[in-house]
Amino acid sequence: MSVVSEPPLSAGQAAASAVVPNINLQRNPFELRAMQSVLLTGGTWLVAALGAVPLLSVIYMLLVKGGARLSPELFTELPPAGFEIGGGIGNAIQGTLVTVAIASALSIPLALLAAIYLAELRPDSHLANWARFLSKVLTGFPSILAGVFVYAAVVIVMGSYSALAGGIALAVLMLPTVTLTAEGAMRMVPQRMKDAAIGMGCTRAQVVWSVTLPTALPSVVTGIILAVARVAGESAPLLFTALFSNYWLRSVTEPTASLSILIFNFSSMPFDNQIELAWSASLVLVLIVLGFNILSRFIGRPQV
Amino acid sequence: MTVQFVLPDSRSLSRPPSAAAYLVDRVFVVVSTLGAVAIIALVAYILYQIGHQALPAIQRNGAGFLVGTSWDVQTSTFGILPQIWGTLYSSLLALLIGGFVGVTIAIFLTQDFLPPRLAVTFRTLIEMLAAIPSVVFGLWGIFVVIPFVRPGANWLNDHFGFIPFFSTSLSGPGLLPAVIVLSIMILPTVAAISQDAIGLVPYKIKEAAYGMGTTRWEAILKVIVPTASGGISSALVLGFGRALGETMALAMLIGNANQISLSLFSPANTLAALLASNFPEAAQVERQALMYAALMLLAITLIVNVIGTLILLWTQRKMVKA
Repeated sequence: MSVVSEPPLSAGQAAASAVVPNINLQRNPFELRAMQSVLLTGGTWLVAALGAVPLLSVIYMLLVKGGARLSPELFTELPPAGFEIGGGIGNAIQGTLVTVAIASALSIPLALLAAIYLAELRPDSHLANWARFLSKVLTGFPSILAGVFVYAAVVIVMGSYSALAGGIALAVLMLPTVTLTAEGAMRMVPQRMKDAAIGMGCTRAQVVWSVTLPTALPSVVTGIILAVARVAGESAPLLFTALFSNYWLRSVTEPTASLSILIFNFSSMPFDNQIELAWSASLVLVLIVLGFNILSRFIGRPQV
Repeated sequence: MTVQFVLPDSRSLSRPPSAAAYLVDRVFVVVSTLGAVAIIALVAYILYQIGHQALPAIQRNGAGFLVGTSWDVQTSTFGILPQIWGTLYSSLLALLIGGFVGVTIAIFLTQDFLPPRLAVTFRTLIEMLAAIPSVVFGLWGIFVVIPFVRPGANWLNDHFGFIPFFSTSLSGPGLLPAVIVLSIMILPTVAAISQDAIGLVPYKIKEAAYGMGTTRWEAILKVIVPTASGGISSALVLGFGRALGETMALAMLIGNANQISLSLFSPANTLAALLASNFPEAAQVERQALMYAALMLLAITLIVNVIGTLILLWTQRKMVKA
């Protein structure tokens, strides 16, 4: 082959032809860094599996121990005293539902109004920035402090523990979560829909009422349900606001039982009957909370 | 056929909003502004109420409250150093375990370890963990975790008791079961926020790394995690904040003993657990001291959460710019 007839190679081509044939693009599987990668991948699988163990264990215990006492009496009877046999958690279920209902009635309207202000009316004002920031801080607030606050602000003033005080404590926890999720939902409503309404001569109230709220409704409801689910499982704020009671609730100004406080009280008792009831109450509580969570997933499917 | 928009006597159908509509609008704006004001007022009122109730205790005990080590109702000497220690120690240990597992799970779910459908299922499973109430974890801890870890803990104490961490035996409730349950409880928070942070890393950065011939883990550890480090650290800080304020599971598992010990197996106490176990039966003087303790808990969590939120905002702004 004649060398002379070939055009002279440019510097780059020379380098390429010199290097390319020698490159081995196959990674050696026994190279240190490849083995490191395989090892780490295995470790990750292990850690992830480990992360799933607690949940499975909790669910197993709830079904086995809590399921053992599932019967109509569980829902209709009052908690047993010390050595008594049988009994149920009827008043605790009632108490949990009542306190959560009070909390929802107090916090949802206020949270929606605040969210409308934050998302629609003056989103960039100082007031909005502060309210938003404080809501975020409030969501990270230890829930027991809501109990301490309501004890000082309501229980001392009213002179007694009450279902109302418990509801107010839960409302303090719901307010920031509902506000922030509702604000997020309203911000997702396309601006052109609102602009169109304003262009047709709607007032701000009409825009919010007939355009923003209906469009954002599924996401808003999702946020509300998730907040309800969260506070339904709360116990720390109820400890010294709603206290506990062994009887049915007659008025919201009386102390009331709740599922979470019943679990807490019964878990430290030396009687098997109470421990069994604590497990059944846990099962009922988890079913309520998970039920709300699943409900929120169905409603929250994007529809726009 | 054409649509007639003008009435026969040439009056227009369009009209400005009625006086009533204007009025409703005014009221509406004022009321929703009040809603926003209410949130700020609520936070201020919470601070005022707790501070006001704690005032007598602050005047009586002063700063000595923070370094005192005994909580004795009989002699009215109150100090919360053991509780502050217990709060920080248990939360740090929980952050170590829960943070590691949480970030690992976030990587596991975002870096194509699982087919998408399975990844969604696994994510839902971890989210369900967050839905389980604190008392249920406490109950589970008492009847599952404590019996499970006790033999191992006591073996460690028997053979390695000279190491401070293993210097006592685990007789029932104690720091270790509390930390295990606490780390499970903060895991979903850490995993969720870290997943969002890793999700924000542009795909081309990862592709560039792979294009350079990195292994999967070189790409994850040297490119993706550092890029998402801001979001991951805010996940850790917020998880830490959650651990600090967690109450019921700890009140049930930690043993409520006001002592300072490095041992993982000795009973301890936290600020929140102190409040939960002493508040309902406390008389006036102790109650004021508990309010003081609540104020300290508020201060600690507030600082941690503000730091976490600021890191989150700062990194989100940086990522949006980049």
